[in-house]
Amino acid sequence: MVDAILSGLSGLVAGCAALHWSNVLMMIIGGVLLYLGIKKDFEPLLLVPIGFGCIIVNVPLADLMEKEGFLRIIYDMGIITELFPLLIFVGIGAMTDFRPVLENPYTFLLGAAGQFGIFLTLLLALVLNFPYKDAVTIGIIGACDGPTVIYVASQYAPHLLGAVSVAAYSYMSLVPVLQPPIMKMLTTQKERETVMKTHQKTVSDTTALLFPVIITIVGGLIAPKGLPLLATIMLGNFMKESGAVSRLTKCAENELSNIVTLLLGISIGATMSGPEFVKPTTLIILCLGLLAICLDTVCGVLFGKILYYITGGKVNPLIGAAGISAFPMSARVVQREGQKYNKRNFLLMHAMGANAGGQVGSVMAAAVMLSVLKGMGII
Amino acid sequence: MMDKWTFGLTMLIVGMGGTIVTLILFSFIMSALKKIFPYKKED
Repeated sequence: MVDAILSGLSGLVAGCAALHWSNVLMMIIGGVLLYLGIKKDFEPLLLVPIGFGCIIVNVPLADLMEKEGFLRIIYDMGIITELFPLLIFVGIGAMTDFRPVLENPYTFLLGAAGQFGIFLTLLLALVLNFPYKDAVTIGIIGACDGPTVIYVASQYAPHLLGAVSVAAYSYMSLVPVLQPPIMKMLTTQKERETVMKTHQKTVSDTTALLFPVIITIVGGLIAPKGLPLLATIMLGNFMKESGAVSRLTKCAENELSNIVTLLLGISIGATMSGPEFVKPTTLIILCLGLLAICLDTVCGVLFGKILYYITGGKVNPLIGAAGISAFPMSARVVQREGQKYNKRNFLLMHAMGANAGGQVGSVMAAAVMLSVLKGMGII
Repeated sequence: MMDKWTFGLTMLIVGMGGTIVTLILFSFIMSALKKIFPYKKED
């Protein structure tokens, strides 16, 4: 009888006995993510499910990520199959207005400059002896685009998924903190005060409707390996611009995005199990990710400066910072910074153009990268 | 298997170059589309 009671009790303390210090650390990190999401409003839609997923996956013996564990089922269903990031992209496409970039097509180039960090970080990761596919996955944090990062990581370096996803989403939410010092450091007072001409509306509905179709076809022909990314974001945008399927557009913007964001977030949190996550590599990835996003901003602002000189001072170089894909946060940062230096400065629409260009740029950079890898026989 | 420098520089040149060229192409296509389908008030 006593033995039976002791055996029963041992079952109740087994969880505590199996608790590793790294589990405790990850639970604290999960708590920090929840705090940042709830109290600081840093990407709460993602940080809350990620933080909660991180906490529960670190409870020992619950086997949530073992075969038939509920987190494993969600993870296998949506991350391994690459379905979640693609479904999120349909929603993002439905929410994104590409007209600002269509007003000034040159802002696509700012979107290109904002992707330099990807490739420079890839080089650095190689210097640090990461294998090729891992280096590519780390570099893609510089896309500053969560679904793209998850899509690439789930295909080519699933063991890095937790670290790169957390890096991508954390740094995206820190854009308002990271970008202003770089913008100030690289520009002069006179450049920052540049007032840009207000846009005249020049984009017809036909152009806006044809944009997603043509970009999908041309982009797909150039970089077929990235077509799923490009096609899904453009499908969402096409539905929105067509105006014919408002129910589907609303569903993509709301229900679909919300459900997938919840499942995606909790799946990412589920990859943050202490013994697998707490290692020096994770710290290096977080540092490289930070560097990638800073380099994107540096290259974007420097390209903005080039445009400033080419146009004889008509382009405010600050809008270059919006060439990254953190949409629409970085555009808002540019607007705020521009107003700080000149109250007559209204950079929002120009920055939104660069930001939408960055959105397409990041997807294209990932698509081109995957197709180059395919061409080189790496994947 | 190529060495890491060859791989890294190839990715930098072809990858970044490919991205820039593609986005320049997009920019030209969009400019052309705007000319073919100009904005009219009733839009």
